[in-house]
Amino acid sequence: MDKLLLLGDEAIAQGAIDAGLSGVFAYPGTPSTEITEYIQDSKEAKDKGIRSNWAANEKTAMEAALGMSYAGKRAIFCCKHVGINVAADPFLNSAITGANGGLIYVAADDPSMHSSQDEQDSRFYGDFAFLPILEPSNQQEAYDMVHYGFSLSEKFGLPVLMRITTRMAHSRAAVERHNLTAQNQMSIPQNQNQFILLPANARVSYKSLLAKQDDLMKSGEQSGFNSYTDGADKSMGIIACGIAYNYLMENCEGGKCRYPVLKLCQYPAPEAMIERLYNECDSILVLEEGQPLIEKSLRGMLNKGKRIKGRLDGTLERTGELNPNMVGKALGKALPDTLPVPSFVAGRPPKLCDGCPHIDSFLALNEAIEPYGRGRVFSDIGCYTLGALPPYKAIYSTVDMGASITMAKGAAEAGLRPAVAVIGDSTFTHSGMTGLLDCCVDNIPITIMILDNDITGMTGSQKSSATGRIESICKGIGVEEAHIRVITPLKKFHDQNVAIIKEELEYQGVSVIIPRRECLVWLKRKLNLAKRNKQD
Amino acid sequence: MKIDIILCGVGGMGALSSAAIISKAALDMGMYMKQSETHGMSQRGGDVQSHLRLSDSPIASDLIPQGECDIILSVEPMEALRYLPYLHKDGWIISNENPFINIPNYPDRNLILDEFKKIKNHILFDADKIAKESGNPKGTNMVVLGAASKYLQIDLGKLEDAVRESFARKGEDVVNANINALRAGRKVADAM
Repeated sequence: MDKLLLLGDEAIAQGAIDAGLSGVFAYPGTPSTEITEYIQDSKEAKDKGIRSNWAANEKTAMEAALGMSYAGKRAIFCCKHVGINVAADPFLNSAITGANGGLIYVAADDPSMHSSQDEQDSRFYGDFAFLPILEPSNQQEAYDMVHYGFSLSEKFGLPVLMRITTRMAHSRAAVERHNLTAQNQMSIPQNQNQFILLPANARVSYKSLLAKQDDLMKSGEQSGFNSYTDGADKSMGIIACGIAYNYLMENCEGGKCRYPVLKLCQYPAPEAMIERLYNECDSILVLEEGQPLIEKSLRGMLNKGKRIKGRLDGTLERTGELNPNMVGKALGKALPDTLPVPSFVAGRPPKLCDGCPHIDSFLALNEAIEPYGRGRVFSDIGCYTLGALPPYKAIYSTVDMGASITMAKGAAEAGLRPAVAVIGDSTFTHSGMTGLLDCCVDNIPITIMILDNDITGMTGSQKSSATGRIESICKGIGVEEAHIRVITPLKKFHDQNVAIIKEELEYQGVSVIIPRRECLVWLKRKLNLAKRNKQD
Repeated sequence: MKIDIILCGVGGMGALSSAAIISKAALDMGMYMKQSETHGMSQRGGDVQSHLRLSDSPIASDLIPQGECDIILSVEPMEALRYLPYLHKDGWIISNENPFINIPNYPDRNLILDEFKKIKNHILFDADKIAKESGNPKGTNMVVLGAASKYLQIDLGKLEDAVRESFARKGEDVVNANINALRAGRKVADAM
């Protein structure tokens, strides 16, 4: 079949389309967003009737994917690493229920935190849940692994975690397509108790999950994704996981390594291969992108065996993304003698776009809250997080999706007056609504600004579940209509907006201010699309 | 044959589009390629970069090792200097000379010019002006790509095909404007 030039994310998406996918379920999050976008934009996917709309959050997405698997069809769930936290409940419990139709969870980790608040390694979640993990080292493998992953999932009746990192997600290479697989017919699970996790059922299912581990490990030894290549120099054996394998090979002339190498791309980790490496070599170097999962388990708590080198003993940096030079250094290579970055080269942090509606919202809020002093504004995850930077310095927290409202609530209950939450429209429907309900139930003196720019902005203009629904949601949850205030964040309305914010800051109950104006990036895209449609 | 290229600039200046165009041309020529780029938060007016690796044999790493980059192709002069540790001692920097100032501590222009003078192989030129003269004021990235094409070991015709394919959706006028900018850039490099 034909060769395509694809990002790692797109290779996964095309793999899924070709491997009999019936639905993708996701909430946008860098670096995972392009998987779902690719399926949404694919004509083939449309012709095949593959469902692909964005979900309100990762938990609802994963549960819907599990439901599609229950009904016998192949489903894929995609998120950024922290999305697995949101979906942790269905993630762990679906390991107990198992799957019916093939089910793949893709988690895109972000070592070095290019666009994230932490660098958690999703492999720990897979290990925690006793689920098989696939970790592609290149785009072709990413494509192939989706085909394989669906089969593995159906063979063992388990969801499969596919773990990628930013570099894999956002790097392009040629990918060769396979034969196409047709979608599954609908079929409900044969065992009526499979998805009923009453304790009596769950105890049985949990044991059965544990009993599958040996066979899962054997699959990893047979699939070809884990491979052992012997080398003459036994002073060191190398375990290279996922994309780290490429950095190792970059440092080996002609693709030949003098040390024995275990390429590890499928978990549970293959014990027989690891045992051979350990027995035959004097020391072990573990190269893994993210946090030291394999290294830690090889070392054990007491670290009394052979020398294990990696992130924990300082051979590699403890944090951050790997690269060919870091791996070269671990192999004893000196860094090349190159020109340094001139000291005057300044950082160019991301910032709000010129004309962004959030700028007007922050300027108005800053002026309104100025008399009360600093430290009273809690915020959230989105473009408006950039309001923390100068010249605005308008917000004082960014923790996780939805935490602005609930943290402001807790602070208000500690006596902070006024307490303000600033959250985006999409983040509000993702995880802010339940916090707002808590505020209404407890009648908290809080001012919540829901910045409505009509789109999920930071991840590149994805449809927001909140669009057209914010006022009715707030009203339905219990905010008094008189304290749902819609303003237009524009310079010409600045004074008026400041006055409205001031009024609501003084109100001793739940108030919601909705500054509403379209994201300019989105507006531009919308106009271009309209223009193109008109031309067609 | 192996060429490692870093394309860089500030979000929205078209550095990533240039990378996509070279990739298309390289794939068309049957070369192996890997192209890694920055998405997400960094695109909001931050610095963006792409590592693009082309070779006639399989490529291992998605990232270019330090000291091995053959060409730094930049639409902004300070951004080009950010990747100096990657530049091979015989490598080239092809860059637009006009600064994009969206930070308060942007360095003095002379500091940047002095640094360029220390680099053996470079073309630093007013790509904005040439883009305007070519009738495509938004085509700065295409002008820089055109100038770099002399060192890319990719046929200019193949690049033009890739430009055509990339902009086809936007209509014939946009395609031609970009090809004109590409050619105007190439002329600069040929005249040096």
